Amino acid sequence: MYGKGILKGLSVTWKRFWNTYLDDIAWLLRGKKRYYTEEGIKHRSSKDQRGIFTIQYPEERLITPEEARYVPFLVYDEKPDGTREQRCTSCGICAKVCPPQCIWIVRSNDPNTGRPIPEPTEFYIDVDICMNCGFCAEYCPFDAIIMDHDFELASYGRSVYNMEKLLKPASYYKSIRPQQYERNEAERKAKEAAKAAKAAGAPAAPAT
Amino acid sequence: MATTIPQTETTQPSATDLSARFPGIVSADTRPGFKGWIVPKQNLLEVATVIRDELGYDLLSTVTGVDYFPDNKMEVVYHAYKTTGGPGLEFKVQVPREDPVEVPSLIDIWPGVDFQEREAWDLLGIRFTGHPDLRRILMWEGFHGHPLRKDWKEGFYEEEFKPFKSRWPSGQFYMAEDKNPYHDNLGFPPNFDPEKYIPEGDALVYGSLTRYSVKNEEGLSTDHIIVNMGPQHPSTHGVFRAALMLDGETIMSLKPVIGYLHRNHEKIGERNTFLLNMPYTDRLDYFNSMANNFGYALAVEKLMNIPVAERADYIRVIMAELTRVQNHIVFIGNLLNDLGAMYTPALYAFEERELILDIFEAVSGARMMCNYFRFGGVVRDVPDDVMQKIKDLVYERLPARTEEMDRFLTENEVLVSRLKGVHVIDGETAVKYSVTGPLLRAAGVPYDIRRADPYSIYDRFEFDVAMRTNGDLYDNYLIRLDEIWQSLRILQQAIKQIPKGPINSQKPQYQVRVPAGEAYGRIESPKGELGFYVISNGKPNPWRYHVRAPSFVNITPLEKICVGNKIADFVALFGVIDVVMGELDR
Repeated sequence: MYGKGILKGLSVTWKRFWNTYLDDIAWLLRGKKRYYTEEGIKHRSSKDQRGIFTIQYPEERLITPEEARYVPFLVYDEKPDGTREQRCTSCGICAKVCPPQCIWIVRSNDPNTGRPIPEPTEFYIDVDICMNCGFCAEYCPFDAIIMDHDFELASYGRSVYNMEKLLKPASYYKSIRPQQYERNEAERKAKEAAKAAKAAGAPAAPAT
Repeated sequence: MATTIPQTETTQPSATDLSARFPGIVSADTRPGFKGWIVPKQNLLEVATVIRDELGYDLLSTVTGVDYFPDNKMEVVYHAYKTTGGPGLEFKVQVPREDPVEVPSLIDIWPGVDFQEREAWDLLGIRFTGHPDLRRILMWEGFHGHPLRKDWKEGFYEEEFKPFKSRWPSGQFYMAEDKNPYHDNLGFPPNFDPEKYIPEGDALVYGSLTRYSVKNEEGLSTDHIIVNMGPQHPSTHGVFRAALMLDGETIMSLKPVIGYLHRNHEKIGERNTFLLNMPYTDRLDYFNSMANNFGYALAVEKLMNIPVAERADYIRVIMAELTRVQNHIVFIGNLLNDLGAMYTPALYAFEERELILDIFEAVSGARMMCNYFRFGGVVRDVPDDVMQKIKDLVYERLPARTEEMDRFLTENEVLVSRLKGVHVIDGETAVKYSVTGPLLRAAGVPYDIRRADPYSIYDRFEFDVAMRTNGDLYDNYLIRLDEIWQSLRILQQAIKQIPKGPINSQKPQYQVRVPAGEAYGRIESPKGELGFYVISNGKPNPWRYHVRAPSFVNITPLEKICVGNKIADFVALFGVIDVVMGELDR
């Protein structure tokens, strides 16, 4: 029969159209909210999704996975006495491994001793150039630079982030990437324990 | 070129000894880490004819120009393959680097070299004698110089290689344009006045179209009409322009004009270190960044001669096949968009794409610019919950949705009447024009690199090479569905077989050591043969980095495909080649 193929195709669109409402009713009967709730969004972006697929941004947002990466930020630890301790030692690996070369680090020397200060004096990231590749965070040996989850970066001018804009507390890092934070902390503790054991076990070892 | 690493393998193509066939003429390339045959330029045509006709290498895959600036010579590297499968044959021509650099064109033997030779002329200034239309292809006509030459410096030039010392330790931030104002940093040819310049590019494009003028029976003279499609045209998948010569509604002649998105990816790649280049490959074919990563990683791993961790190999295959499924579903949606079935099929396709991208985001951190592969493995493991998501998709959702797509479109009478019988390309022409990928397989040539020259672990999986025989639009549509089913088969096997273990055979390091030599890594990307030709001279940066982009090579026969068809079908004929501008223009 001519037109059979078209009817078959239309049945697909028809089914999709009704599925949206059927699912709405099913969720309603179960007493759950399908829209504007995390559970609903999760369901609508899972394999069981039927009918309408759209997430109503900005009222609703997709669940960001932990690994998601946008521009990087610098981490500082909050000491019990309220001071900030930067993790960055300005070793420059992030600047060297940055593909578009958007990281600038200024180092300076201590005026009294003349030796370099580990903390960077200035730290710039040109966010307009940054390609969000995540190499800096991947190769940072101190977990001092982490990829952020904040993707709403629109601005009216050029965005060159300085230290003030880049520094964020470790608690924020923990809140966006809990699993990675736990892994890093465990690694760090193991390293410190090994160091302490080495220092206690072999105090006469020559300093390298 | 000096090397510090001893030569690890001397794999001369054993089956075909060209130096025995041409004693005293062809010699083997004996530089450490290099392979292939060096052919004198006056014998190139003769040797190439033998390679095609006697040795059976019917598909010329790449034409790559290389500038050996310090040695004062230039080289053109050719890779030829058999469509029946097996390893390839590499041959080279070396010419002195003086003006003009001339190499005979192979266009009469393999017409598919057309655009690649134009590219080598454009970017490296190698003149191919005998090429009928040797114009610039990626740069604009008024461009001065050949940018891939090693002595050519770009505007805002900072340093020869990354990392730049100005970032660290001297770290003073400035905006590039503040330091290098426009007029101080641009080279113009002598006697060039930008105020008085009239671009001659368009005249050249129109001049290259075949003109015609006829008189009909009543003595009325009919003339050609030139129509420009693009560069801002919604159907051209980006900034692509085609100058068409029409007779009524029939296309008489056509020239594609490309390069609007050109950024000299290869020059950037030569400035980058090997690792830094990985995220740049994402930007080539931005629909299939995992596939691009795959090809580049294979090429550099070949050069470094390192193994890939077992689990990582499986992860790579899973990601590459998910990419293929995603690409083909979106292709079908977009093809329907091109045909006028606006939005519904395309948006249905994008639902599956979104779900696959969710997986990419969960493992790599980004939806499109994945940057997931590292030399020797992948960057991080696939967590169990993501693996469960992949399983759900592969076993439940994707088969159901592919089946639904099939039900939705395949028998639709409007679609069938639009697609069936609109001839795209036949197998013989496709091979001559170096066409690869689904376009070639729909024309009846079952050439799939996963089977013909298996890379990674594709030899462990059971799957069929999809093939259709008519080579019309409808077959090109159907073959995408076939390939989705085959990809799902591979995925199901890979998910079952994937072992536990480390995900990288190497220690994570930001500066990889790559011994001197050359390597050509190629994969079957969803669009065709994606190859990366990399030359290292032992330094942290590649000396030459060339991308054999399937989109770029596959549009070589565009004129052949379109001539004789109606202009209304041009959109579909162009769409079926499945080009992505990021890769086409590079």
